[in-house]
Amino acid sequence: MDPECSRLLPALCAVLADPRQPVADDTCLEKLLDWFTAVTEAGSSLLLLQENPCLVELLFHVLKSQDLSSRILSFSLRLAGIFAAQENCFQYLQQGELLPMLFGEVGPLGGTSWTAPTVRSGWIQGLHTLAQHPSALRFLAACGAVDTIFSLQGDPSLFVASAAGQLLVHILDLAMRGPAEGHRSPQACDWPACAQKIVGHIEDSLCSTAIPQVTQALSVLTTVFGHCHGLWTQGLWVRLSPFVARLLEKDPVPASHSLVDFLLSVARSAPSSDRGLWETLAQTLSHLSPTQAGPLAFGILKLQDCPQALRTQAFGILLQPLACVLEAAAQAPGALGLLGAAAGDSVAVGTLLSSRPACVGLLCCALAHLGLLQPLPQRPSPWPQVPLLGAAVTILRLCSGSAAPTSDVGGRLCAILVGCGRVQRAALDFLGALSQGTGPQELVTQVFSVLLEYLVSPESSSMVLKKAFQATLGWLLRSPKTPGCCDLDPHTQLFLRELLPVLQKRLCSPCWEVRDSGLEFLTQMTRHWGGQAGFRQALLASEVPELTKQLLRDPESYVRASAVTATGQLSSWGLCATPASPERPGAQQSLLAELLHILSTDSEGFPRRAVMQVFTEWLRDGHTDVAEDAERFVAGVLQAVSRDLDWEVRAQGLELALVFLEQLLGQRGSHCPCAVAPPEAAPPGLLAHALQVLGRVQLFEFALRALFDCDRPVAQKSCDLLLFLRAKAAPCGSPREAGDGPNVASVGATLQKWQAGEQGQPLGLLEPAAVVALLRSIDLEGLRDTLAESSDHVEKSPQSLLQDMLAAVGALGESGADCY
Amino acid sequence: MSRYPDLCLNLKECVCQEMGTIDPSIFWALLFKGGFYGMKKREVGGKYCLSGHPTLPCNVLKFKSTTIMLDCGLDMTSTLNFLPLPLVQSPRLSNLPGWSLKDGNAFLDKELKECSGHVFVDSVPEFCLPETELIDLSTVDVILISNYHCMMALPYITEHTGFTGTVYATEPSVQIGRLLMEELVNFIERVPKAQSASLWKNKDIQRLLPSPLKDAVEVSTWRRCYTMQEVNSALSKIQLVGYSQKIELFGAVQVTPLSSGYALGSSNWIIQSHYEKVSYVSGSSLLTTHPQPMDQASLKNSDVLILTGLTQIPTANPDGMVGEFCSNLALTVRNGGNVLVPCYPSGVIYDLLECLYQYIDSAGLSSIPFYFISPVANSSLEFSQIFAEWLCHNKQTKVYLPEPPFPHAELIQTNKLKHYPSIHGDFSNDFRQPCVVFTGHPSLRFGDVVHFMELWGKSSLNTVIFTEPDFSYLEALAPYQPLAMKCIYCPIDTRLNFIQVSKLLKEVQPLHVVCPEQYTQPPPAQSHRMDLMIDCQPPAMSYRRAEVLALPFKRRYEKIEIMPELADSLVPMEIKPGVSLATVSAVLHTKDNKHILQPPPRPAQPTGGKKRKRASDDIPDCKVLKPLLSGSIPVEQFVQTLEKHGFSDIKVEDTAKGHIVLLQEAETLIQIEEDSTHIICDNDELLRVRLRDLVLKFLQKF
Repeated sequence: MDPECSRLLPALCAVLADPRQPVADDTCLEKLLDWFTAVTEAGSSLLLLQENPCLVELLFHVLKSQDLSSRILSFSLRLAGIFAAQENCFQYLQQGELLPMLFGEVGPLGGTSWTAPTVRSGWIQGLHTLAQHPSALRFLAACGAVDTIFSLQGDPSLFVASAAGQLLVHILDLAMRGPAEGHRSPQACDWPACAQKIVGHIEDSLCSTAIPQVTQALSVLTTVFGHCHGLWTQGLWVRLSPFVARLLEKDPVPASHSLVDFLLSVARSAPSSDRGLWETLAQTLSHLSPTQAGPLAFGILKLQDCPQALRTQAFGILLQPLACVLEAAAQAPGALGLLGAAAGDSVAVGTLLSSRPACVGLLCCALAHLGLLQPLPQRPSPWPQVPLLGAAVTILRLCSGSAAPTSDVGGRLCAILVGCGRVQRAALDFLGALSQGTGPQELVTQVFSVLLEYLVSPESSSMVLKKAFQATLGWLLRSPKTPGCCDLDPHTQLFLRELLPVLQKRLCSPCWEVRDSGLEFLTQMTRHWGGQAGFRQALLASEVPELTKQLLRDPESYVRASAVTATGQLSSWGLCATPASPERPGAQQSLLAELLHILSTDSEGFPRRAVMQVFTEWLRDGHTDVAEDAERFVAGVLQAVSRDLDWEVRAQGLELALVFLEQLLGQRGSHCPCAVAPPEAAPPGLLAHALQVLGRVQLFEFALRALFDCDRPVAQKSCDLLLFLRAKAAPCGSPREAGDGPNVASVGATLQKWQAGEQGQPLGLLEPAAVVALLRSIDLEGLRDTLAESSDHVEKSPQSLLQDMLAAVGALGESGADCY
Repeated sequence: MSRYPDLCLNLKECVCQEMGTIDPSIFWALLFKGGFYGMKKREVGGKYCLSGHPTLPCNVLKFKSTTIMLDCGLDMTSTLNFLPLPLVQSPRLSNLPGWSLKDGNAFLDKELKECSGHVFVDSVPEFCLPETELIDLSTVDVILISNYHCMMALPYITEHTGFTGTVYATEPSVQIGRLLMEELVNFIERVPKAQSASLWKNKDIQRLLPSPLKDAVEVSTWRRCYTMQEVNSALSKIQLVGYSQKIELFGAVQVTPLSSGYALGSSNWIIQSHYEKVSYVSGSSLLTTHPQPMDQASLKNSDVLILTGLTQIPTANPDGMVGEFCSNLALTVRNGGNVLVPCYPSGVIYDLLECLYQYIDSAGLSSIPFYFISPVANSSLEFSQIFAEWLCHNKQTKVYLPEPPFPHAELIQTNKLKHYPSIHGDFSNDFRQPCVVFTGHPSLRFGDVVHFMELWGKSSLNTVIFTEPDFSYLEALAPYQPLAMKCIYCPIDTRLNFIQVSKLLKEVQPLHVVCPEQYTQPPPAQSHRMDLMIDCQPPAMSYRRAEVLALPFKRRYEKIEIMPELADSLVPMEIKPGVSLATVSAVLHTKDNKHILQPPPRPAQPTGGKKRKRASDDIPDCKVLKPLLSGSIPVEQFVQTLEKHGFSDIKVEDTAKGHIVLLQEAETLIQIEEDSTHIICDNDELLRVRLRDLVLKFLQKF
């Protein structure tokens, strides 16, 4: 601890111990605890206490004081825990009987302050920190803390209850890790008394008829198997599995969610040879209701090593609801395909038809789980892509009311699902996930047909439409190419012809979310297919480009931003509203002007950011209109951006400037500004030309202003840019080698004013030589390091923290005078 | 012998007779705190269905000796069989070929014209009236109107059936109903048609016609439109009412209008007596549009709920349709096309204008003119702004700012919306394209819309957007085929859908639901959609046109008032806390459906002269009453009492209904049950009387 902090500490302790002083806020106390943790991790706690006796005095004082706030009491308990985590310091505190007084029955535990949840939480956290060594275990046993922790598991404060559970896990782990670590037998009989006690409590809780108690026990066990990896956990499972079996005998199975979490936690940590565990999992799958079993089945299928029979059973559980839907809606036998085995489950059918919420819940879970499973390498094989596609299409048709099931079950399902947005969204997500695979053309046609139905339907909500667009994009991008031709296949082209009028209509929707989704879809589609003749033809024949351009003036800023991105993308592919024609040569130019206008005048940040991204992309890709006169383009953009209020726009301006620099001077060696190898210097002739160009577009002024930007990311980006420029322009030589004339001196003076916040003065035109000199004269590396520090690194020092806390209560002499 | 107090609730049944005296031995009742008696009465309500159209209902309810007509809707779909009435001479329509039979017989070619494979009657359009034969409409006491769309047949009923009763409706319903009628009369009268076709209606001829003329029902009863004179006369019979106002009908029934949330002034009706409640739900909406929200709470505890006027397009969500409307409108106008919106002059148009008010700027349509053409356009727009008390809360609040509740005022102020009585006059000077025109009639058979269909139908740039759900858009378009203009069907029907009905019924829990038969089965085209029908328990009772339905009322009591002097003479005896009993001898006086218990007439005093009274003179007219008993017999104490009185060898057996006390020695049984006690002994009257007296000791007498 530095001396200044040591000097301030007694005063701070006095403030904390004084109930008349306003208690510092919780954040300060938390920061103080963090600091003490760092100090004790770096050195001896014992030494710390010996050098700063005020700390122990504070702890004693806290015990004596009757009217101290619960926050200070909680703080003291946690502080004591931090000190006692080191065994020698623990002994030191034990000598003074301080620890039993703090954590034993004579302490807050028995007092009125115990009613405050923050004190109970502090007590638990203090013990948690303290319990790091065998002495701590003995102490816990001696002061009866474990029983208190048991009772705190059911604490009305969820934070306290959760912390109590975690503390139990920590103590159990500590006890089992003890001196005999590595030799601890998996056999539970020779476990330490403390561990026996905790496990015994867990066993009792598992037998309890009170569900909250079962839940608590399972939650502790889940954490144990998730965090503790000793051999002893296998013994624990052996000991507890009969209790789990007894839970499974009950109908309904109590605390099923927690049981599933626990079993999955065990399965993740257990060796794959544990047959008993797999049997228990199989048994659990068959005992739980379809809704409860879904998460377990999904968890099992995600396991790396798992018996095939169990995987098959688990997969069957996930497929059941979809199989039931397919069976209920089947027009002809055989539609079930590989799902056939999962069909006909009366329990699943019963759940589906029991009520609307049950049906919706079960289907959404099954669809979500299967969707998540689809891209995983360990997904079941063979993957029933075709029946799953069929099921997704059927569910979507049932939801839209376009399916006409003939069976009674199908009719009831239809009545339940029709118009259900939640299932529609889940099914569309799933259909999108299935686009990673393929299917027979007939079925793919059905997929496109149902997607089109949703995109057309006025009944589709904005969220459903967004999902429908996403799924459509997935399927479109997976469309096969015509053999021997690089263009889109005829089916896709046909679909596009139907899709574009729908997109047109959606771009005119009164709901801005719909317009936005439509534009995002268009952008993505153009990004992938902008070069495909079939797509270009269909798009140019539609009114979509024109509508997109009109949406640049949309009243909703999100839509304007999406329209900017979409028109930028369309323009990149030469697909903008009016194709360049002899009659209207300025059409593309007008888009550039329009985007510049948005950049200069739009009151919202999103469209301006979008414009900058488009411009940067255009410059990077050599967009025709930009490439024609890149210098004028960059000058115009930088001028518009330099005074922008949004730091992201300014940062994007620097990105564009960097692209421009790279185009003038050659690529950077590495994208990392801290790369060891400096970029290669530019040839002198090229450099002189480049510096003149940069001067004309006023890039220096823009970058140097940004160097002192009040937003750190902007300053960092500017620093990187100038470092790159310096490396290209003046890779070596002393700072005074060239042009250290009056020009540089005046620029330096201006920069100092900028740094001081006076940004009004312009920099003036800089000679190339002066630029080089200036770049050399600025300590860019130093600036970069400073900027790399977090913005509050000065204020974050412990000394500052102590001073702030003291100043807050007026305990610092110098702050007394400036109260008024 | 023993009678528990609760049993006194089982009133003996008696038939209410005017001015009849009730024999006190058979009439007794529970005295309520307010001094009223309940009396059971046999009466079953009846319902006569005069319209087969579920959203344009016309039903007659016979209830508690009153005859109430519920709504007076006019089915205008019959007009779809007629050729449109063009405002300006249409060569296309006038040159349509006459229709001839398959054998070439052309005797109908003057009456029937053919257009693109469809046959139309070339005559003044006629309407299908409600049934007039099912019940003598002159006996209808009152007509209750639920909204302005459901009163369009009123002149036919009030002016041509001998109706002498009163019509009840809210002010907005009357005022806007008047506008609708005025517009209808105007549309038809301003294009006089010399020709009137009637030959085709001959049943033998009709059979030979192609569909849909062949299948048209009751064509002989179809009538031409009424006149303005008839409209005024009909409307003069209306008495204005406000929401929650209680209106007494002949002392028998009370009717109350409640907000139904569908249109300005739209109402549901509660029709109730003291013991029965019928709710009439017609054209209600739970959506937040411009009218006051629907009052659901007052519909609770109905014996019968008559449910009509649900949405005609249950699969179309109004919000989605409004979105569709806006999108298609914008698309058309952006391409330089015109948009035609056939509509009524009131109702959904207010909401559409409000949506467009918010949408046009965002869609870049600020420079596009919106025209509203109707003989009553001005009145409709102005009326909507003055019925503040009938509007939803948000709009009501605006009035106090003060701001016009509907934003169409601003659209008019800024010249974005212009309204004209017809296409003639100012409109032709101001008209510029592309534009959006709102005009009637939605059937496309008369009104200014006919002109625009003829004008714009040939260009595929233009679009007609159907928003009113009352007419099939395909049938409406039939006489305009072939048509190049785009047609968009966005029916906006804010009335209750089946999900909302299901929730409503769960909420208000009527004992019985009565509805048109169309609501009890899925639509024929979507027979698998079990969600598109009313699902309730017990199943809804359905009706169809020209059907009479007996309504089930479970409770059949009448309220009887007791005269104060008679009440004073009663001596109630509290048999348990809050429940008192008294016997009453009185005369029941019934007049104007009010029943009053009056003191019985005093026996005539002897006129004197006779010195000696006969013994029989002391006996009152009525029989001597045996005292009424109440209370229960505690078996153990009763047995102890028996033992005290010398009975021995007593055995008690428990039975399903009570106990049997067996006096073995005396060979006697005493059966003690919940509502009776029997002493069974063998011809030993003395013993019976002795035992009876012991039993009576445990009971209260009064």
